[in-house]
Amino acid sequence: MTVQTPRRYKASDFKSDINPIWCPGCGDYHVLLSVTRALAEMGTPPEDIAVISGIGCSSRFPAYTNCYGFHGVHGRSLALATGLKVARPDLTVLVMSGDGDGFSIGGNHFLHACRRNVDMTYIVMDNRVYGMTKGQPSPTTEPDWDSALSPGGTGLSPFHPLVIALASGANFVARTFSGDIRNATRIIVEAVQHPGFSFVEILSPCVTFRPDEREWKNMVHPAAVEPTDDPARAARRIMTDDGFNVGVLYKGRRKPFAGQVAAEAGDAAVFDEEFAL
Amino acid sequence: MSGGDIATVGELLAHAHAMELEAQERYEFLARQMETHNNRELARLFQTLARVEGKHAREIEERMKGMDVPEIGPLDFRWEGAESPEALDLGDMDYLMSPRRALLLALAAEQRAHAFFAGLLERTADEGIRRFAAEFAEEEREHVDRVHRELRKYPEEDDRRHEDMDPAGEG
Ligand SMILES: Cc1ncc(C[n+]2csc(CCOP(=O)(O)OP(=O)(O)O)c2C)c(N)n1
Ligand code: SF4
Repeated sequence: MTVQTPRRYKASDFKSDINPIWCPGCGDYHVLLSVTRALAEMGTPPEDIAVISGIGCSSRFPAYTNCYGFHGVHGRSLALATGLKVARPDLTVLVMSGDGDGFSIGGNHFLHACRRNVDMTYIVMDNRVYGMTKGQPSPTTEPDWDSALSPGGTGLSPFHPLVIALASGANFVARTFSGDIRNATRIIVEAVQHPGFSFVEILSPCVTFRPDEREWKNMVHPAAVEPTDDPARAARRIMTDDGFNVGVLYKGRRKPFAGQVAAEAGDAAVFDEEFAL
Repeated sequence: MSGGDIATVGELLAHAHAMELEAQERYEFLARQMETHNNRELARLFQTLARVEGKHAREIEERMKGMDVPEIGPLDFRWEGAESPEALDLGDMDYLMSPRRALLLALAAEQRAHAFFAGLLERTADEGIRRFAAEFAEEEREHVDRVHRELRKYPEEDDRRHEDMDPAGEG
């Protein structure tokens, strides 16, 4: 038994006093448990962590933690987080998003954040629906998902976030399930500790608009293979899996981008010069 | 249910305490959640269950005084999942949940807690651990009985779906 004494933080040290207003049963509650446990496990002080988000039910996340946070605009969390991390490389930056926020309106930022490989962790709570705006299909929704707002389904091919992250240069790619708190906690710790841009897709049921997703707990299974550092191999595996494989799928060795500002961070004169008309 | 690696009385107390505390915090959290969603009857029920677990946690704290109780990290507890066996799963909730359904979940949680200590009692030969495990198993059995008694107040499943004023998917 690993007993680490004395521990600096408990998971509750990373929770704010604000009551989440997510629907009871929403997978995002589990994600909050996993993230706060992962932060406790790592022992980084709350004031050295920034939690950034866009808009959506999942993007309410920063308010529910005790870290610094910014609830930004829809689809722009990665742009904001990139600026923050480059200016303040000492901070641990977590970006919390949903499949609508991250892959629709924020899709282009996703590609370039992977490509830039700035050292931060991007967690997308994927429920294959727009929860906040009452159930429209998202880029990851199955083509035949029939609902009042998409009768007969969209018929469109779903977006494949893990493959796109790989192809765009993310340095760490993993999938986990919100209800498997132990696995999710471990993966978040690993993602944060891995250098560069880490992308974690968390399958997180929207029990209100996708009650069928309550079944996910019986569908997920551990990835049968060890993570690889070969993107082509990882892509082949991901393309051929059933979408319910959970585990770390890729751990790359690319050097993170730090930007030039880092060396002069805090020196206001440098910025004045840069923006002088 | 796991628990086999508990090697000292201190570790057992750490687990028992974490179990009660997590159950208390979870019920308190659920009570607030149900208040937010205006299910007041369930909020009251969860508050009551939180008080029971809290009382038990305080009793264990008394037992811990002067003992060598280790701090255990969130990933290192010896239960099967990441959550203590006595905590209700947040994923099982529903804003229209009936008290009967909530009590059935509470019953399952108490039964898991009982199985945790009873299993440990069966596996371990250490006299000190056996003494505490037997005591905690008995307390959990009493909790199981208490929930059974509560359940008698709600003999029928009460489906509240028809009360949903804002049904999903009809926007
Ligand atoms: C610029 C802009 N466009 C559209 C919206 C409306 N809007 C709010 S949240 C959302 C989608 C949220 O979906 P997702 O990111 O999957 O989060 P979830 O609510 O499912 O967690 C949309 C389209 C907005 N707030 N701002
Ligand atoms: S609408 Fe869906 S995603 Fe939003 S809080 Fe409710 S269950 Fe969660």
